Amino acid sequence: MKNIIHNVEPILQAKGLMKRYGTVVAMNGADFDLYPNEVLGVIGDNGAGKTTLIRAISGANAPDHGVIELDGKVVNFHTPDDARNAGIETVYQNLALSPALSIADNMFLGREIREKGIMGKLFRKLDHKKMETFARDKLSELGLLTIQNINQAVETLSGGQRQGVAVARAVAFGSKVVIMDEPTAALGVKESRRVLDLIQDVKSKGIPIVLISHNMPHIFEVCDRIHIHRLGRRLCTVDPKIISMSDAVAMMTGAMEPPPEALDAR
Amino acid sequence: MSQSEFEKNLNSADSAVAVFERDDRTFLSNVRNAVRNYPTLVPALVLIVSILIFGIIAPRFLSPGVLSLVLQQVTVIGIVAIAQTLIILTAGIDLSVGAILVLSTFVMGRLSVSYGVPLPIAIAAGMAIGTLMGAFNGFLVAKIKLPPFIVTLGTLSVFTALKLWYSGSESIRNSDIEANAPSLLWFGEAAARPFGATITYGGIALILLAAVFWFILQHTAWGRHVYAIGDDPEAAALSGIKTDNTLISVYAVAGLICGFGAWVAIGRVGSISPISFEEINLATITAVVIGGTSLFGGRGSIPGSVLGALIVGVFTTGLSLAGVDDYWQMFAVGNLVLIAVALDQWLRRATQ
Repeated sequence: MKNIIHNVEPILQAKGLMKRYGTVVAMNGADFDLYPNEVLGVIGDNGAGKTTLIRAISGANAPDHGVIELDGKVVNFHTPDDARNAGIETVYQNLALSPALSIADNMFLGREIREKGIMGKLFRKLDHKKMETFARDKLSELGLLTIQNINQAVETLSGGQRQGVAVARAVAFGSKVVIMDEPTAALGVKESRRVLDLIQDVKSKGIPIVLISHNMPHIFEVCDRIHIHRLGRRLCTVDPKIISMSDAVAMMTGAMEPPPEALDAR
Repeated sequence: MSQSEFEKNLNSADSAVAVFERDDRTFLSNVRNAVRNYPTLVPALVLIVSILIFGIIAPRFLSPGVLSLVLQQVTVIGIVAIAQTLIILTAGIDLSVGAILVLSTFVMGRLSVSYGVPLPIAIAAGMAIGTLMGAFNGFLVAKIKLPPFIVTLGTLSVFTALKLWYSGSESIRNSDIEANAPSLLWFGEAAARPFGATITYGGIALILLAAVFWFILQHTAWGRHVYAIGDDPEAAALSGIKTDNTLISVYAVAGLICGFGAWVAIGRVGSISPISFEEINLATITAVVIGGTSLFGGRGSIPGSVLGALIVGVFTTGLSLAGVDDYWQMFAVGNLVLIAVALDQWLRRATQ
């Protein structure tokens, strides 16, 4: 599928995704396109199926039907690990951090670095030093939070600091796509600004971002395109430079039909 | 970077990060922080203090002979408590460890004593059966998604029935083991007798096994995953951990440890009996809890559980040397458990 703005193939694409939870239809033929070098906003009412869509493309819950393609190749993500290995990193709404483990442990959970030589190969000993240094470097590079002790348990951090760790983890390891589900929900004005700047930084490195948020000013500020989700499927994608915030909200809630000229892909 | 109206003054915002008041550094909060950072500190202190107190009450207690006797008494409980710790760290519980242990002793004993199978094969078979039973528990917990308490309550009966059937409700006598497979008793032999103490190979095995599993939990990815799963299984899965496989492996490894403990137990007791070690399920849970491991998962340590087993041993031996009746020994251990759980709750509150 090509469109006017992007004369290129999408890096991540989903077609006709279906997902049922018992009698509840969470996704009813949902489509999704993410193009290289863009920030795609995903908005929708509560219960529209945004999170189900995100969980499908991040490997957390496989869809019942439908196809997901990464770089034009069909992928089948059964676990978050599959998606991560393919280069897709996600900041989940619940952050997915282990409270009793340290910041460094959390950043490397599921992709620990082993020591070199016999201790690492034979005894599978982890290289704690290397992981701590990397974690500290990444966190200070992002400027999201000042950490006194990288071995501090995550449960001793404030809500905003925890969000900082989750965002840093995704950005540090995401090589193809970074997905952020409500990354600014628990953050103050200043920290939200840092995350929005961070999104631009990641974009400038050539990594496209999917941003799910209820915060319209944030969406309209950083996104190149907005995917409006309604009743388990994509209603339309709109250009935030053309359409107003109130119109976007009206479409998302069903108060307004999407105008044909605002549609850039469907 | 475009900024919204309300963000205009951010450039001149205070760049200092939260400063924490230091005046809450009371003695109590210092203690709480120290304990949270070094959870093994409490059982270690309790062990030392209780040894000293019993030394004052009953001076005979401080002799090397009695102290080494405590180590001998807790050898099997300590080894099985290592298995129990792994499972409790994942927020599970295993009520079937005793049945796995005794059934494994019978596999080793029957094969080597009654059928003349070479000892290494008999021991390997016993440990394999233990692993298999553990993996079965793990399968029911991870794949069928049954609560660990119910699963192991069920398998406790199943494995106990198998144990009674396989053993024919008959013991294997010490003389028969000595005649046919004396090496089965090796862990009960004294490795050294310094100053009148008797250190058995079993006691050394307990310390080495604890060191091995301390290393695995602290310094391997699998060990970190065990903690993460007990802490928050959903977060662990989203972080890319294959939680089902890890859970099954935890139960299987626990079964393997029980299988190894079976070999040590034969040496410790000297014979193999279907009605031995019936109280070990609760004894290991007691040791794990006193050692500071949280029943809610995600927090605790192997050294803590070994110390917990030693504390129980010190209390029962010390109280009996002081001439206190059996039921007051139980009373004391019960109180230790309650205090340990209360302490865990107090530490958790401090983090919220």
